[in-house]
Amino acid sequence: MRRYRLVAFALIAPSVLLIIVFVYGFIGWTTWLSLTNQNDIIVPQVRFVGLENYIRLFHNLRFLIDLKNTLIFALLFIPGSLVLGLAGALLLNSGIRYEGVFRTIFLMPMALSFIVTGVVWRWLMNPSSGLNLMFDALGLGFLKNGWYTDPSIGIKAIALAAVWQLSGYTMALYLAGLRAIPKELYEAAQVDGASQWQFFRFVTFPLLTPVTLSAVIVLGHISLKIFDLVVAVAGISGGPAFSSDVPALYMFVTTFQANRFAQGGAISIILLMMVSFLVIPYLSWSLRREATE
Amino acid sequence: MRKRQWVKGMALALAFMGLALGQTGKLEIFSWWTTGGEAAGLLKLFDIYKARHPGVKIINATVAGGAGSNAKAVLKTRMLGGDPPDSFQVHMGHELIDTWVTTGFMEPLDDLYQKNGWDKVFPKGVLELLKWNGHYWSVPANIHRANVLWYNKAIFEKYGLTPPKTYDEFFAIAEKLKKEGIIPLALGDNGIWASTHVFETVLIGVLGPEGYKGLWNGTTDWRGEGVRKALETFAKMLNYVNADHAARSWDQANDLIIQGKAAMYIHGDWANADFLAKGFDGYGWAPAPGNVGIYDALSDTFGLPKKAPDPQEARWWLELLGSKEGQEAFNPLKGSICARTDCDASLFNPYLQWAMKQWQTDTIVPSLAHGAAAKESWVAAVNDVMSLFVTSRNVAQAQEMLAQACVDAGVCKQ
Repeated sequence: MRRYRLVAFALIAPSVLLIIVFVYGFIGWTTWLSLTNQNDIIVPQVRFVGLENYIRLFHNLRFLIDLKNTLIFALLFIPGSLVLGLAGALLLNSGIRYEGVFRTIFLMPMALSFIVTGVVWRWLMNPSSGLNLMFDALGLGFLKNGWYTDPSIGIKAIALAAVWQLSGYTMALYLAGLRAIPKELYEAAQVDGASQWQFFRFVTFPLLTPVTLSAVIVLGHISLKIFDLVVAVAGISGGPAFSSDVPALYMFVTTFQANRFAQGGAISIILLMMVSFLVIPYLSWSLRREATE
Repeated sequence: MRKRQWVKGMALALAFMGLALGQTGKLEIFSWWTTGGEAAGLLKLFDIYKARHPGVKIINATVAGGAGSNAKAVLKTRMLGGDPPDSFQVHMGHELIDTWVTTGFMEPLDDLYQKNGWDKVFPKGVLELLKWNGHYWSVPANIHRANVLWYNKAIFEKYGLTPPKTYDEFFAIAEKLKKEGIIPLALGDNGIWASTHVFETVLIGVLGPEGYKGLWNGTTDWRGEGVRKALETFAKMLNYVNADHAARSWDQANDLIIQGKAAMYIHGDWANADFLAKGFDGYGWAPAPGNVGIYDALSDTFGLPKKAPDPQEARWWLELLGSKEGQEAFNPLKGSICARTDCDASLFNPYLQWAMKQWQTDTIVPSLAHGAAAKESWVAAVNDVMSLFVTSRNVAQAQEMLAQACVDAGVCKQ
């Protein structure tokens, strides 16, 4: 038994060590960096400046716009993907013909990288091509708009592209969840004389809660970390008046274009904290569930 | 048949091995010259280098991306990680000095300047920008001009217009064109630097060369009348640009001139190379409004990092770059003029010949958007201000943010 444990330990040790150094070690290093004055390639004397970089950020117009954009993005992207995904899953699960074909079609966008879909959406939502031309041809000219080039739309256009890409993924999650619901429950509900709506409301929906939670976590952390899609659609400047800008993009510009490493570190740490608020409750919840099962 | 192919393959392999053995050194050149004329110019330089130093193997380390935004990020990780290339492309002025020279990453090149007599063939305005602490730190390969007004000749002829010399003339023309349904001024600021670029020409036009240069050393007041007037002028110009400017890149804005949809375009002279590459010759040029007699310059230079693995090969490269032969081979392809003042004008196209003449007589000022006038963090801050200003046109807010950026850069006092 003891030898068995030793082998197990030896097998995980390398990856644990690498994670400690390259994940937690660098999180620690970045945290330290964000509390110093290292805001140039070389600073004559690196010293501890407390929360100065953080305070500066919260007085920075661009960063405040970024936070607002993140919120708007999450509020559109998460519910949008959930609703479309659930609708798709329910339709596919209703015994439709060629289910496999539709499943593949819906799931396909997820297999592409954000950069690829971003370039496509960049052209679809270009004010003088793509969707606007299509609207014109269909006599729907009133739907024409400036998409990501219109400062009042900005991040909402990016959210649209993101929903398109990830609703297929939520659909797959829900589909798996639906298939896992035991037939007996529906039979029991049928015996009780439940209506179609009651089937959904009292059987399907409650049993899909764990799936929904997982999906919210995955989609939530994507909306906090989103970077590549914004760059591909709106460009590295984050659109006019930062209307499509997000913290991750600002972090890149601050660190690698402006050489303000400590400031960039502060943005990363704020992003990390936001993701933690989302992930840690979920982890503790699922660990507790595992323990009770 | 099979056997003969095998023999051929062996012979080839042996030939390559022979080549590899014959090589005595290597040279790694880092740049963002990946497309069109600039890549052609770079390869031409490599050809000359190989003829001069046959044994050296050249590694062409390029990172694609406009204005070097991606390349600079890669370079930073390499330099800070202690793995520099032998020589790298960097904009003349503060982008080089404040990022790599004051921080002690570069080798001074005074011996090369002396040996090649460069302090006599490069103009004074350029030498000033290359110098820091009494030493030279890089060799300029070329000079681009930023403050050029490009215009569609057919439109100007049709409405009997001449290129505007002042802002009043510019606005009169713009108003007239707008009424005719033509976009007066093309803009493609999907990369916001293109707006910073136009604003920079307005700062020059309103403040004059000395006032503009003073912005970067703290002698011109960012909170003063001049900057306010420049912002107001720029805001007014923005009334005349194409509505989809945020969707277009600089070259897509240039397309508006080619298609005859827009009449004027204030941009750097790489637009000239773009016109030629797209087979369009119906364009004219003039200094940007208010910029007559002023040459807003930027330059791609190459330097020698302290930890360069092959310093001798790098020095040969720099000597080639600064030589008459090198500059005359590179610049006609790249679409820029020589930094040297003794290049043969007949090798260049008409625009470049015009620019070469202006280069001799004009007052030279450093470009902001292209790294010559201010350090990178300052340029990034101005870009942020422009990103907001192009949409909001809020002069007071922009002026306050610009003044703060100067304080943050350590040049202005609170």
